[in-house]
Amino acid sequence: MNDLSTSPMSRTGHAGKTQPMRLARGNGINGDTTIRFTFDGRVLEAHPGDTLASALLANGVRLVGRSFKYHRPRGILSAGPEEPNALVELRDGARREPNSRATVTEVFDGLAATSQNRWPGLKHDLLGANSLLAPVFSAGFYYKTFMWPASFWEKVYEPIIRRAAGLGRAADDADPDSYEKATAFCDVLVVGSGPAGLAAARAAAGTGARVILCEQDSLTGGRLRAEQTVLDGRPGWEWAQETEQYLRAQPEVRIMTRTCVFGRYDGGCYGALERVADHVAVPQAGQPRQRLWRIVAGQCILATGGIERPIVFPDNDRPGIMLAGAVRAYVNRFGVVPGHQAVIYANNDDGLRTAVDLHDAGASIAAIIDSRLPSSTAAQVTARRVGAPLFAGGAIVKTSGHTGLKAVQVRDSAGQTHRLACDLLAVSGGWNPDIALATHHRMHPVYDEVLNAFVVSSVPAGLHIAGFAAGSLTTDAALAQGDALGRTAAQAAGFDAAIGPAPALPRAGQEEGYAIAPLWHALDRGAAKQAGRAFIDFQNDVTAKDVSLAAREGFWAVEHLKRYTTLGMATDQGKTANVNALAMMAWERGRTIAQTGTTIVRPPVQPCAIGALAGTHRGRHFKPHRLPPTHDWAVETGCVLTSNGIWQRAQWYPRPGETSWQETVNREVRSVRSSVGFCDVTTLGKIDIQGIDAATLLERVYVNAWRKLPVGRARYGLMLREDGFAFDDGTTARLGENHYVMTTTTANAGAVMRHLEFCHQCLWPELDVQFISVTDAWAQIAVAGPRSRDVLREIIDDSFDLSNEAFGYMGAAHVRLRGGVAGRLFRLSFSGELAYEIAVPARYGDALARLLMRVGAPYGITPYGTEALGVMRIEKGHPAGPELNGQTTAHDLGMGRMLSGRKDFIGRVMAQRAALSDAARPTLVGLKPVNAGDALVAGAHLLPRGAPASAASDQGWISSSAWSPTVESWIGLGFLCHGAQRHGEIIAVHNPLAGTVTEARVVPPVFVDPEGSRLHA
Amino acid sequence: MRIHCPYCGTRGVEEFTYLGDATVRRPDPDAPEAAWVDYVYLRDNPAGPHPEYWYHAAGCHGWLVVVRDTRTHEIFSVRTASGGAEA
Repeated sequence: MNDLSTSPMSRTGHAGKTQPMRLARGNGINGDTTIRFTFDGRVLEAHPGDTLASALLANGVRLVGRSFKYHRPRGILSAGPEEPNALVELRDGARREPNSRATVTEVFDGLAATSQNRWPGLKHDLLGANSLLAPVFSAGFYYKTFMWPASFWEKVYEPIIRRAAGLGRAADDADPDSYEKATAFCDVLVVGSGPAGLAAARAAAGTGARVILCEQDSLTGGRLRAEQTVLDGRPGWEWAQETEQYLRAQPEVRIMTRTCVFGRYDGGCYGALERVADHVAVPQAGQPRQRLWRIVAGQCILATGGIERPIVFPDNDRPGIMLAGAVRAYVNRFGVVPGHQAVIYANNDDGLRTAVDLHDAGASIAAIIDSRLPSSTAAQVTARRVGAPLFAGGAIVKTSGHTGLKAVQVRDSAGQTHRLACDLLAVSGGWNPDIALATHHRMHPVYDEVLNAFVVSSVPAGLHIAGFAAGSLTTDAALAQGDALGRTAAQAAGFDAAIGPAPALPRAGQEEGYAIAPLWHALDRGAAKQAGRAFIDFQNDVTAKDVSLAAREGFWAVEHLKRYTTLGMATDQGKTANVNALAMMAWERGRTIAQTGTTIVRPPVQPCAIGALAGTHRGRHFKPHRLPPTHDWAVETGCVLTSNGIWQRAQWYPRPGETSWQETVNREVRSVRSSVGFCDVTTLGKIDIQGIDAATLLERVYVNAWRKLPVGRARYGLMLREDGFAFDDGTTARLGENHYVMTTTTANAGAVMRHLEFCHQCLWPELDVQFISVTDAWAQIAVAGPRSRDVLREIIDDSFDLSNEAFGYMGAAHVRLRGGVAGRLFRLSFSGELAYEIAVPARYGDALARLLMRVGAPYGITPYGTEALGVMRIEKGHPAGPELNGQTTAHDLGMGRMLSGRKDFIGRVMAQRAALSDAARPTLVGLKPVNAGDALVAGAHLLPRGAPASAASDQGWISSSAWSPTVESWIGLGFLCHGAQRHGEIIAVHNPLAGTVTEARVVPPVFVDPEGSRLHA
Repeated sequence: MRIHCPYCGTRGVEEFTYLGDATVRRPDPDAPEAAWVDYVYLRDNPAGPHPEYWYHAAGCHGWLVVVRDTRTHEIFSVRTASGGAEA
């Protein structure tokens, strides 16, 4: 009998057909409004303030899911984020979200929830047969089964496992919602808003400190909402509500509900996930679904409370078996009685309070089982008050009810067993302080023999722990500790703790007892071995026997225990399981829990969607785009764009009628070589260098000489890394006595800037020189081709003499454009043609491109993209990224003679190592296929003709290749052993990817105008 | 992690790039090759406080010497590599 809704029951009002288990009260529920949701298609009613778990319980639904391995029927264990069982799919379509914890899912009108991990249905799940295969699925089953035959793995075992295991289904479509990231700063961060957290926030706020209070729940109050605690004669939750209002009125306090602080990071940084719109069907326009916060806090107070432990006994996983504290939360906060006929099973006084709360709510208490012998006075008083038999020293040895609890079998202290009919069993094995955030910095918890739990041993600087998380057992103690630590933290953050106008702390007065006695298995060791499955980790179906097996097989170290049994993995990370498992292992090994040890946890303390971590960095926004100044114009002309790092550059400019990119690129190259073209080269790094020691700095970062470069001239320079390998190249122009502008490759612009700053600040701070990146300040356009001078005459002011005599190759000058814009002109050539680079302030870049098109029209001016640029630089043998790949030396690039012997420069000493200029090293060569049409492909291997296709015969590789419309052949640049001595030789080009072997002739790496006469025209 | 830049104030670690050991000194150009090999390739890997070069790439472009505990990421001091300001 799974559905309780037909059972008769006395209720205090709010009768009705739906929500049969709902009471009138419930401090967190708005009973005046009714909303509807569906579970497995069935329409159910709920109230605002409900979680999916409380709403299901209110409707008498106990069976919520099937377990991971054995497909055991499972219900709701907890009332918080620690929930291992009640995982469901929420919503549908693109918003479908698997493995959502029903206990923290707020119900909204129209919510659709679906059970998961069952087939064909929740009640009749054929995969429940896995239970019969339990011996196969024992600890370490992944490592023991499905091992042979090996060929079965991919086709048989893996598909079966994938269908049977795993829980929910991810959405098939992209998430339609947005996520964002934000940063907040505060002096004191308070995590948790129970009595300790509220008191701490209040005290810290009183000093004027900036306080952020984060609560993962939708309501503040913590256990004050779940218990019948009375503060100053009134319900504790009312005090929480008032305190929240008080705090909200403080100018420097920010309260963030639905915000889970999931990680503590270095330097006072905390990660937090705000569930902005998880509790509504669809986020409001402009609102993100979730927001990832980085909170930078001077001090932090953890007031995270505790997490209750279940008790390990046979068949302890049936729907209807719940944590005692969770039952009280459902009764007191949600106004839901999870059962009519309850049994309480506890090893401490706190759990016994559940009997009173249930009894007061109208449920009948079938029995109280107190594992302690003798039982406490509180237990006896409670039993009398609720009119239930008390089994002191009793134990539950068995339970029954296939899809929901029907009865328990109790063995009393005399050894007699009793069958007790019940539909609810509230268990408490004690509470663990929730210290996860404190352990993120590798703080190892210690075992407290009095508390029977792990506690924080030492608190790192800037962190304070208050309330039950610190072991404070009573509400009054939690309030006092929170208050004191709130002041301490504010003081540590630099505020005067003496200021503090906060109203007086309330008093609970009545001392709440705990009196826990350890109970790690309901049965003794011998009986436990004979008994049925007693679950420790519900989510991963890890039983007491699995832990025993791990111990027997030598996996007794806590880290091994986790990996071997899968204990503590998945969405709940073993929050209810870990300590019971450690205790079990200690039991098996005859050691103490302290000797057995514990693992520490990593962030996040609760599941955090990848979407939230990605934030806005999705799709197109994964990386930013950097646009050159002519971008809009280039797009208007219909250019094809390509990514050059994050730069978006024109790759080629197709014209109507052109049928392939090759045709377009060939035309662009021919236009430049025969007339004139232009290309935006803004993306090359530009670094402005000024200071009386600028030349000295250049001498030290480039391999070649710079002192004698006159004003108004530019020079090619090669930089090495300190290890002697080539780093970057470019031209640097001298614009004034102490003023240079350096260009770098597009890819290395940032790295060169950093390198220059390093050389200056770390190596030679005595040099008077400064650098600034001006890459984005100047739009720079290459105008190349024999008619480029004619075009520039239309643009540059007449007062500037453009003749070859006045402004020759490698000239550099400040110029004025017609109309008055101040710019710079460089006579540089990457294409090998008569060419210029003209720079104007970036805002004029677009206008310059349009002007060039207009004034160049009579010459047939052609814009060209990166592809034609690349073809022409290969034709001229200029090294670029594929050649400057970090593994080549100046010698390899044919620039060995540039290395000055008369000065120190970065990389000089290490470049002199014999191996870096070994003649046998692959050096730069040109390659031309014997058949002009045989494509050369970058990455192909160069081998002697006839040599076997083996690594031993490998003598080099092709680094760059292109079809050259100028040479009318494929051409390539590559590196070949003894390359410079092998011009004329025919070698084999192996392309193992395409399975081709072709032949190519080794040639000098300059295919067009080797004398450079065009440059100087 | 947060680093207190002497010029810009305390900033998130994502604004900085790391280089490494700030105790190494570039040898004299005439130093033997072995000294250069040490300088270029060999680094100590201490467990504890360690002076390191960090570059404020998304800020002032300052090279900083940050003394950081390699075990805990605790930062004890920050100064500019050029020997100026101290945070």
